[in-house]
This record gives sequence, C-alpha cells and structure tokens, in this order.
Amino acid sequence: MPTKLFNEPSPLETRVVSKRFGLANSASLDTYLANDGFKAFLKAREMTPVQIVDELKASSLRGRGGAGFPTGLKWSFVPRTSPKPKYIVINADESEPGTCKDRLLMEYDPHQLIEGILIAGFALDAHKGYLYIRGEYRYLIDHMDRAIAEAYSKGYLGKNIAGTGFDFDLYTHSGAGAYECGEETALLDSLEGKRGIPRMKPPFPAVAGAWASPTLLNNVETFSAVPAIIRDGGAAFAALGTPKNGGTRLVCISGHVNKPGVYELPLGYPMLKAIDEVAGGIPGGKKLKAVVPGGSSCPILKAEECDIPMDYDSLAKVGSMLGSGGMVVMDETTDMVKVALRIMRFYAHESCGWCIPCREGTTWLRKILSRFDEGGGRKEDISLLGELSKNMLGRTFCALGDAAAMPTISIVDKFADDFEKRLSREMVAV
Amino acid sequence: MLQSYPEGRKRSAVVPMLIYAQDETGAITPELIEEVAKRCEVAPLQVDEVVGYYSMLHRQPLGKYHVQVCTNISCMLVGGTELYEHACKKLGIGHKEVTADGQFSLEEVECMGACSWAPAVEINYDFHHHVTPERLDQLIEGLRKSN
Repeated sequence: MPTKLFNEPSPLETRVVSKRFGLANSASLDTYLANDGFKAFLKAREMTPVQIVDELKASSLRGRGGAGFPTGLKWSFVPRTSPKPKYIVINADESEPGTCKDRLLMEYDPHQLIEGILIAGFALDAHKGYLYIRGEYRYLIDHMDRAIAEAYSKGYLGKNIAGTGFDFDLYTHSGAGAYECGEETALLDSLEGKRGIPRMKPPFPAVAGAWASPTLLNNVETFSAVPAIIRDGGAAFAALGTPKNGGTRLVCISGHVNKPGVYELPLGYPMLKAIDEVAGGIPGGKKLKAVVPGGSSCPILKAEECDIPMDYDSLAKVGSMLGSGGMVVMDETTDMVKVALRIMRFYAHESCGWCIPCREGTTWLRKILSRFDEGGGRKEDISLLGELSKNMLGRTFCALGDAAAMPTISIVDKFADDFEKRLSREMVAV
Repeated sequence: MLQSYPEGRKRSAVVPMLIYAQDETGAITPELIEEVAKRCEVAPLQVDEVVGYYSMLHRQPLGKYHVQVCTNISCMLVGGTELYEHACKKLGIGHKEVTADGQFSLEEVECMGACSWAPAVEINYDFHHHVTPERLDQLIEGLRKSN
C-alpha cells in the first residue's frame, strides 16, 4: 500500500477504535497483545452471555453500517438456544459512496476486529464466522487471511481459544462487485452463492439468516468497537457520546476540504467544527454549500442546516441520517444537478432489479437528470423528480429504493435554483 | 475454499471461486462455468446467473492492466470525471474497452472506498490515491515499460 490511510493523531480526535493506528506493525498480533489485545475476550469469558449483551446495551453502541440499529438489542434477538448452528457474519462490503473507514480498521487493526467477532461468538454461542469483504478490496482479503492465519497459529482462533475451551473458526469470503450486497439479506444470498437480492423480512437474520440458521450480522466498525466496550465497560463508552448515541465513530470526510481523511470523533461532535477544524476548512476560503452527512443515501443538508451535533438523533431531527459516516463536503461552486445525477447514476447501476419501483424509478430519474445536465430540463421535470422519488419511498423490498429517493428529494427541494438555472432555453422563453 | 462452508453448502463458494478463477483465466468462459458448477454441485445455469449479476465478473477478457477510475461523488468533486476523460484519451479507449494490444482496459467505476484520498484509481487490485492526470500518465507509462 503506497498511501498511509490514517492521519497523524489530532488532538481533536477521540481515538478508541483507531487508537492502535500508527503503531509499528499495528496489524501484527504481537502489537495487538502488547496494547490491550484480547483482554476483553478473556474478561468476556468470565461474564455470562446476558451480561455481555447488557454491557453492549449500556454502551448505546448503534450499528455503524448505516441503519444505526442498537447493537445490544440486535444481539439479544439471536435466540439463546437453537437446534441449528448459529453464525456470525461481518459486513465488510463497504460500498456506500463517501465511506472508506472499514478499510482502515481491517488494514491497521485486524485483530481488534477478530476479538470483537470472538466476543460475539461467545455471547451468542456461535462457532463460525464469515467476513464478507467486497471484491475490490482484494488486498484486504489477503491481509485479513494473513491476520486470521496468525491468530490460528497463536491459539486465538480455532479450538480451545487462549485456553478458555471456546472454539471458533473465521473465514473470509470475497464479493465480486455489487453495492446491493451491503444490504444484510442480499449479503446472505451472496454468501450462499446466489445473486445478491434482498429477502423478505421477517424472518430476520437473527432467526433465519445464513443457510436458514440464526445469524448475527454487523458492520466491521461495530465489531471493532466491542473489545473496548467490554474491556472498559459500556458506561465508559457511552459517556464519550451523547445520550442514546454512545461512543465514537470513524467519520470519513471527503470532498471540498483541505484535509480530507478518516477521523475518530465522539458522537455529537459539531458538524461545522469537523469541517472547519478537523478537516481544515474549505480550500480557497470558499463558502459551504451542502453536506452529505453519512453516505450518498442520506438526505443532503444545506449549509445553514449544518450547525448541529453529529449524532443519530440530531441528524434525524433535520430529516437526515448519520448513515455510514461518509461525510461529503461541497463548496459554493458545486453544481447540484451534477451531484444529483451522479448519485442517481450510481443507484440506477446498483439497483438489483428485483422490485419495480427501484429498478424503473432509478432509471427514469437518471434519464430526467441527464436531460437536465444536457441543458434540456423542463419546468415540470422538477416536480416530476420529487414525485417519482416520493413514490419509491417505502415501496421497495430493501432500502436501496429509499437510498436513491432520499437524496434526490432533498436536493431538488433544497437546491431548486440550481435546477431552474438549467432549464432549457426554450422552456425559459415560454 | 469449499471447506470453509457448512456441510452440504458448497454452492456458497460460487462467487469467490468465480472471481479467483477469472484472475487466472482472464475471463469467465462457458467451460469455466461448467467447472465451477461441478465443483460447487449446482447446475451451470445457477453459476451463469451469478456471472451476470456481479460487476467484477467478465465474460470477455480485460486488458492485462485493468484501469478503474472512480467518478462517484467524492472523486467527482475533486476531479474524478476529468481524470476518467483523461484516461480515455491517454489509452484511446472508452468504458469497458480494451486496447488493441490487449495491454490495457478501462472502466469508469462506482465508489471503491477511497473517498478521503480522492480521486482514486484501482489498477487490477492496486489502489492509487490522490491521482492527477500527470500521475496517471506516469502509472500507465510505467506499466507499458514493464512489459
């Protein structure tokens, strides 16, 4: 890897899951063991499964993949006893535009992830885990395979882990290019060797997931936060954030900023401070125009809406989401028609085609937006864009339809001027 | 690879087996589909439909060096689109095309998870970050010379 992906530690950060980034050989098991590694697993072995789940609930950790579901609650949905084997599936299909954090967690601290998975395995009485990594991250698949091999060789995976009597096997599994496989049930279909198409819920994966067995699915960052929570206690983690929004998270800042990067910030961190101070502000002294707060599927925010703390509830109050932590900053020169079009080209390309509102809706929206971009926009197209998007909302099997509709509705609504300017001359004359 | 999955679940190996096999053979041929189907104990059609779904699986050979330029929003905001257009000119080919000598192919790709180090290019499986048109020229010339 030619580029070092993490930034120099900044005093503005609160480094919990990223605290080992930058240590010499941070990916090695020895470095991990010398820096609190596997202490949490050994502690968890002295706890009951219920106590572990309670600790997670106390941490108010919420899923870092995008939906923000409370992790402790998700773990508690997996039945305690099951005639079938249970599985742990780790979602490393990081594909949400604007998001590039799981790469760092795997590259610089793979054993933290492995420890989080082991704790989940112990808490849920599961003995096999599958790490589903997007195909484009081949170097990380190889890297995780090496880390897993090292963990096996030193007794931190396999039989009787660290002398505790607990057995666990972990395998990597390559995707092959499909955003849709980040959706948990589509990921499971992909893991089973099929096209990645979402399943009808219920049953939820906790009851019938991989190979129709009870399955826990969480994002890489979610599992990576587990060791610190168990080691230092759920309350300590929760205290870093705001009520109901525990801990820290990796925020991927990209777009028009002087210091784009992945920064670990406590939940509730002021968004403008993240842009102006952590990421060094906007180049050329330009003004802020818009922010995608958590990956391209989140409703976009106008500059005047950005004076808020970054936590799940505050973002929900302004009608958006914290999503996957992918924050895309846009300056005043940004053409929102181009942004809307590029986002829609993505969703039209990635729609799995399973349900009609998404398959047809994304393509239709893409065509209208292309027409705008080419200078042929019609006045009625502006309302049509909103109407079509609203008709997709909540009418699809999975969240991809919503993910395409939400940014479009917000862009058209909040930046109507950009669209007005691009109306065809003919239309303006009328 | 087949042993990673629970008993009777060999089908699970279809996607990884296809992508690793494609790396060896350069493209997914009908013979390869038959072979994967046999090893995973499924019908060839069940493998074929998977090939059609995933964007990294190809039925036609790519260039020896597959240049993937991201133009999704984070890259677009900092020159990804211009970089892709530059790559088209430099290589004289367009989206999903292969140069006459079979050395290079080009693809405009969706977000590859390099948003904070944009604009990004992946050549085969190697990531390149903060890529300028000049840097892309150097990378391409370097690969040409290495032949």
